[in-house]
Order: sequence, then structure tokens, then C-alpha cells
Amino acid sequence: MKDQLVIGGHPFNSRFILGSGKFSLEMVKAVVENGGAEIVTLALRRANLKGEENILEYIPPQVTLLPNTSGARTAQEAVTIARLAREINCGDFIKVEVIKDSKYLFPDNYETIKATEILAKEGFIVMPYMYPDLNVARALVNAGAAAVMPLAAPIGSNKGLCTKEVIQILVAEIMVPIIVDAGIGRPSQACEAMEMGVDAVMCNTAVATAENIPLMAKAFCLAIEAGRKAYLAGLGRVLTGAAEASSPLTGFLEE
Amino acid sequence: MSIKRTDPMVYHKEMEMIPSDLLDKVLKHVDNYDYFNDTKRDVEQALSKEQLSFKDFGALLSPAATPYLEEMAKKAGSETKKHFGNNICLFTPLYIANYCENNCVYCGFNCKNKIRRGKLSMAEMDQELKTIAKTGLKEILILTGESRHHSGVEYIGAGVKLASKYFSTVGIEIYPLNSDEYAYLRKCGADFVSVYQETYNCIKYEQVHLSGPKRVFPYRFYAQERALMGGMRGVSFGALLGLDDFRKDAFATGLHAYLIQQKYPHAEIGFSTPRIRPFINNADNNPNDVHERQLLQVMLAYRLFMPYAGITISTRERAGFRDHVIGMVATKISAGVRVGVGGHEQEDKGDEQFEISDPRSVPAVHQMILARGLQPVYSDYIRV
Repeated sequence: MKDQLVIGGHPFNSRFILGSGKFSLEMVKAVVENGGAEIVTLALRRANLKGEENILEYIPPQVTLLPNTSGARTAQEAVTIARLAREINCGDFIKVEVIKDSKYLFPDNYETIKATEILAKEGFIVMPYMYPDLNVARALVNAGAAAVMPLAAPIGSNKGLCTKEVIQILVAEIMVPIIVDAGIGRPSQACEAMEMGVDAVMCNTAVATAENIPLMAKAFCLAIEAGRKAYLAGLGRVLTGAAEASSPLTGFLEE
Repeated sequence: MSIKRTDPMVYHKEMEMIPSDLLDKVLKHVDNYDYFNDTKRDVEQALSKEQLSFKDFGALLSPAATPYLEEMAKKAGSETKKHFGNNICLFTPLYIANYCENNCVYCGFNCKNKIRRGKLSMAEMDQELKTIAKTGLKEILILTGESRHHSGVEYIGAGVKLASKYFSTVGIEIYPLNSDEYAYLRKCGADFVSVYQETYNCIKYEQVHLSGPKRVFPYRFYAQERALMGGMRGVSFGALLGLDDFRKDAFATGLHAYLIQQKYPHAEIGFSTPRIRPFINNADNNPNDVHERQLLQVMLAYRLFMPYAGITISTRERAGFRDHVIGMVATKISAGVRVGVGGHEQEDKGDEQFEISDPRSVPAVHQMILARGLQPVYSDYIRV
């Protein structure tokens, strides 16, 4: 049986989601081709759909667009942006981002839950970007989120799995796909997240700031695949103390 | 006959006073800033840190940092890429009036300077805006001289409303207002407010602002805060480099912006780094000791101190300089610039504020950005 990522009833073979915000448009195309991403984000505020440099011309047709609500500071703004995205035929997927902090760009979980609830009722496939917190993740699922996207570290920081412990708890407790979004800086960190059992990894800065961008996209693609396979295979146990004797210590009881 | 000068620290009766202590904080730090005390070791420490303290920021602006310009540039380039990726925002200014009530010795618009004055009618403004919109630009900056009498808030509001029909982002660079007036312009469609303090040295400020409302130092200082109280999305800061001690002014500018960011976490912060330029009837008006090397040092220090802040590079600077600082440190560049009143569609109606050094069109700047491996961004905001 195929191991597919299913979000809102839609199956995907790749678990590498590409954020497009920091690339040149030509680069987005190159990265999709090399990274095998089947979902690419689109910041609606940057979409210059009628003018030159229309991002949609650079995204292959088989790729699912994930418009985001970046720029929104309230639930209501996010809802309006999502509706605009649907009107311009960007589909039903929406990544909800509500950010009120211009320095660290941390999401506002409270407003995010409110926007998720409204949009899910309107039939959107809502993927909220969140600050990792179990109660919030549960509230998002109850509000109708099709996946939750906890940050691993601040956007653009490439610092890796700083919120690892909480993400691990989300993996154990939350029944919709968990997609690690923001902060992943290396393929090895993406691999580690996948080994933990998250369902997908989203990257942008880590690839956009690499020296060889297409090659780094490939590296992420392979790392995410490797991590997924390791998770499915079940990681071998790790010894916490001394080496385990191959002969049982209590064997003498049977003598 | 001697002219009785007003006290630059005293508000005029129509000027709103807000409860804030930011001015005291900034001036206290600037008073204690002696850049000759900074050593190479201070600079090296600052360069090794992820988050800079006020002291580190001061060290990067000091003469001791001059030999470290290359290291600063490398680190700044990486920070810029991390926060902004390949994106370079494009915009253009539109001067809608050049009447001014202030006598500022360094500015071409000063009320004593015998230049051609004018302001655009609504029909003329509409025509200019349409012409600019045809270039593909989505962001515009509306500018006036500082005259409430000739270009009142209602007039500017009408201009902003018109501009927001054609542009997704509208900035304003006008005289400082009260918070309710900023709220009114926000309602009309303005998103960002730029107010430049020119110099943070109160004594020098008094000496170069001989008369007019601009002479009131604290009212100007608190303009960004009032703009944010009025609901604006973001505010820009800048000192006119070369007017006074540029290191101290740059230090004060950075602190001012930082403290505003602390107090208003949602605010989008921008920096500009204008240098004094020659203007009509004063060809000798130049930034003295602020050469390109010093200008770059200031820009790099801003970037390392506030890596998430936007930095605009002005057409006051030559094309070669502008081309090299985008991506490395600057995130926003103007194109197709006219600094007279109007002048995009028809003959301009008033003389220019200063001489520009980079007259390139929007397509030319667009091509240059692409050639540098960067991405021209026209729209970076969605009006909801």
C-alpha cells in the first residue's frame, strides 16, 4: 500500500512542502523540480497576478497551491484574504497565518483558532501555522483544521527543532497531520522531525539561503523520505545505561 | 532687527502631547555615547553576537568598526537573506505639493528659498497616479512640503484615497500630525508613515530649523508613535546624515526605532539613510564627512542591530552604490523617481527638493534587480 500524506481528503506522495516567499521566481521552479514538492505556498499579498512576474507562471500545474494569509493581523483579515484567494482560483487549501509581532513573527494562536473556525465552516481545507501548544492544537482540530503546522523555531532562523519536545507531544496526541513549519535549517533536522513521526516538513529559508539551491532542495527531499521510512520502520531502541549483556543476568535462575 | 526665536522644546497649542518617555530615553543614551571609547575588541564582540545590545550597536557605528566593514557586510548580507530572502520591494514617490512653512537651512523646499511652488489638483493627481500605475508599480509614497495651509490634512486624505484605488500600499511623507489625523489618513488608505528627525542633537536642531512648526523638536520626535496610535501599519525613521555628527544621529535613529518596536510589537519598522544633497540656490549643500564608506557603515549597523527592519536606499545615491547595497542590506528601492511636483505625466508644477543621482526607470531598475539574482517585488501587502 502506498504511504501517502492525506490532507483534507487529498493524497500527496511527497511530504516536502515548499515555502516560496524568499526565492526568486525562477528558483521556485527549479526547487519544485529538484525537491519533488507537490505543495507550494503562495503569499497572496505578493501575488502580482495581473502584472509582470506572476508567480503562478512559475509553479507547474500538477503542484497544489497553498495560499497563505501572511500580512493578516486579525482573524477577520485572514478570513478576507482566504476568501480572496478562493476568488482568484487558488483552490480550497489555505494556510492561516495571523501575525502581530513584526520582530519574531510568532503566530497569534488565539486569532488563528478564530480564523480556522470560520474558514473550515466555509469549506476551506485549513492548515493553520501555530506556536506549538497542545491545548491550541486540540482547539484547532475542534475548529476544523485539516492539519496543524507548529513552528520548529522562529521563521527564517534555520535553528532546527527548538520546540522538539512539544512537537513530539502533538504527534502523540493530535490525529490530523502535523506539519513542521518554520525554523528547520538542515536536511538532517528535517529527517529528525520525520523520524519523530511528523507527517510533513515545510521549508523555505533553509533552501533559499543555500549555496546551491536545487541541490539543497534535493537533499531535503531525500532527508524527508529517509526520515519517513525510518519512522515507518520503527527506530531501534537506545540504551540509556551500560551495554546490554547478550546473556540474561537472571539466567542462573533457570539453572 | 533681531528675530525672536521660539523655544524648540515648547509645543504649539494645536500640537498633541502624548504620555511617552521615549525621547528622554533616547537622548540619555545618546548623551552617554562616546564612540571614541569603542575599541576593536568591542566591534569584534558585537560581530560575534546574535542579538546586539545598544553598546554593540554603538561600537559598529564607531570609527573602530571602519576596518571591519567587509565582515559587517558579510554578516549583514546573511541576515538580510535570512529575513527577506531574495525580495527587493519597488516603489516610487509622488510629490503632490512643495509649499512649506518652515525655514530649514538644508532643504530646497524651505520657505525662504525662491523656487517655483505648486500643488496638484485632484484631476492632475489622478493622471499622475494612473501614469505611475501603468509602470506596474503597486506601492507609492505621497509627499508634500510641510504646509498645513497649502496642503491640509483633508487634501492629503483625498490624495491618499485616490492613490489607494491604484496601489496596494500607500506611504505618506508629510508634516507630523496628531494621532486622530493619522487615524483619518489611515481610514483614507494610508499604510505607512515616514518622518525623519533630521538630527537628534537638540542644539543643532534649533540652529537649522530657524522658523516654522518643524522647529518643535519633541512634536516631530513623537510623530511615529502618534502614527501607530492612529492605526498605521508601519513607520520609518531616518536622520539626515551630514547635518550633524552622523554617528550620533545614526545611533539615536536606531535607538528610537528599537524602542518604538519594543513598545509596539506589531509595527513594521523601516529605515532610510538620506544624506544632504545640493538643491536649487545651494549647490554646496553636501554631506561633509559622510562619504559612501560611512553611509554603508550606517546601513550595515542598522541591519545588524535590527535584522528584521526594512531599509530603503534613496535616489540621492548613485546607481552603482544602490545596485550593490540591495540584497546585502537594503530591501527597498525607488525607481522612476521625480522629485518635482508631479512630473510623471505632465510638466512638473513645482521645483525639486534636491538633486537625484539615479534617474533610472522602473523597467531599468527591475532588470538590474534580476541581473543581481534578486526578485523585484511590486506587491507586498493586500488591502483587506
